[in-house]
Amino acid sequence: MKAIESGTLTGRGLHLSFGSNHVLRGIDLHVERGTTASVIGPSGSGKSTLLRVLNRLIEPDQGDILLDGRSVLKDNPDELRRRIGMVFQQFNLFPHKTVLENVTLALRKLRGMSADEARRKGLAQLDLVGLKHKADARPGNLSGGQQQRVAIARALAMDPEVMFFDEATSALDPELVKGVLALMADLASAGMTMVVVTHEMGFSRNVSDTVTFMDAGVVVESGPPAAIFDDPRTDRLRSFLSDVL
Amino acid sequence: MDAFEQLGKTFFDWEAMAAVLPDLLTVGLPNTLLLALASGVIGTIVGMILAIMGISRNRVLRWIARIYTDIFRGLPAVVIILLIGLGLGPILRQVTGSTSPYPLGILALSLIASAYIGEIFRSGIQSVEKGQLEATRALGFSYGSSMRLVVIPQGVRRVLPALVNQFIALIKESSLIYFIGLVASERELFRVGNDAASNTGNLSPLIAAGVLYLCLTIPLTHLVNFIDHRLRVGRKQKPEPEELTTMSEGARA
Repeated sequence: MKAIESGTLTGRGLHLSFGSNHVLRGIDLHVERGTTASVIGPSGSGKSTLLRVLNRLIEPDQGDILLDGRSVLKDNPDELRRRIGMVFQQFNLFPHKTVLENVTLALRKLRGMSADEARRKGLAQLDLVGLKHKADARPGNLSGGQQQRVAIARALAMDPEVMFFDEATSALDPELVKGVLALMADLASAGMTMVVVTHEMGFSRNVSDTVTFMDAGVVVESGPPAAIFDDPRTDRLRSFLSDVL
Repeated sequence: MDAFEQLGKTFFDWEAMAAVLPDLLTVGLPNTLLLALASGVIGTIVGMILAIMGISRNRVLRWIARIYTDIFRGLPAVVIILLIGLGLGPILRQVTGSTSPYPLGILALSLIASAYIGEIFRSGIQSVEKGQLEATRALGFSYGSSMRLVVIPQGVRRVLPALVNQFIALIKESSLIYFIGLVASERELFRVGNDAASNTGNLSPLIAAGVLYLCLTIPLTHLVNFIDHRLRVGRKQKPEPEELTTMSEGARA
């Protein structure tokens, strides 16, 4: 995979409320280009919402989002999202399209590629996740692990500068988790900038460069994995780690 | 025995049926098809617009769709047909000089059909998982493109059986057009059969008309069942290659 020259992502003072529910209460997050940041924390802490705010699927009430040091809040949000790939817990593949069409839809409609060009690129992308032979299958006929790998290929096809993973392995059967995590680790070591919301503490510790622990809409602690996992400073993080480890 | 004979004569007088058949096939059938097809196409297009308005984030558009649907779905078909056909008839004649009841008949049927079809489409579109829209938008598609390329095609697919049911209803409701008043060449199946029945004092022509309705609606009913089955069971798929290998390995072991 080619090294990508951009992708440093920063969220500053992000706030978001749904009615009286204050979901994000001033989040700061900085992900240096080519590094992997994992976000951990209990359910309902706002981790998944944070990802959606960072790519403006949900607009923040307050705060700023910077890509390569430049605020993107004034840009067209659709164009911002073309630069950020996203992978979901439930895969969200398009069930009415073939695997290949899932990967090529954005290439054709957003990048304006010809059918041939998109097909070549789509097949190459599927090859990368080991599913070229499933190009003509429907997502419904694939295992969960295969579907998630197609979803990763779909996001990568747009050559994103940053990849978001929203609990990408939480809906998978235990025996399928490893393959998807390995693929994510490969991406990380190939230099992709990644933000990974996860409950996989092993992945968080071994693959990520920084770990951010969120609880109740705030960042409680963040730092390198060793500091977070071996030397937690707050009671909240200590009790969270004792619950999940 | 007499009663049976009379019953047979009333409903199954083959000569009376044979006499009306040419008119049914050359006048009634094409007109019924014209009414049902035209209002089916218009009703589907307007229904889709209503469905999109109905799920719009714009409150005014939602209200307009809501009121339209409540009115045209809530009134008896014959009331709408009479009000449109008789009420707007003179105006249409003044403006265009046309005396044909068909444009207004098709308009009335389309108003009714679109109200039902709009609700069918809306429920289908809203049944598509939220994640589909989210995933499409995350790729960088606008709301409109996401709906058009991903959400609406899936929603429509799910409600195809209900949509075909609506077309069946439309074929039957097209018979109500006779309330507006039709000249001989404008009569559709029901009116052709009914006229012949009145003239001969025998109901067999109406039976013949009914049989032709069934020739249109029964295949559609089976189309519904076929689509429904297909949607539930899915297209036949070749088994997964991996499964095949493991299975044959298992068999060899």
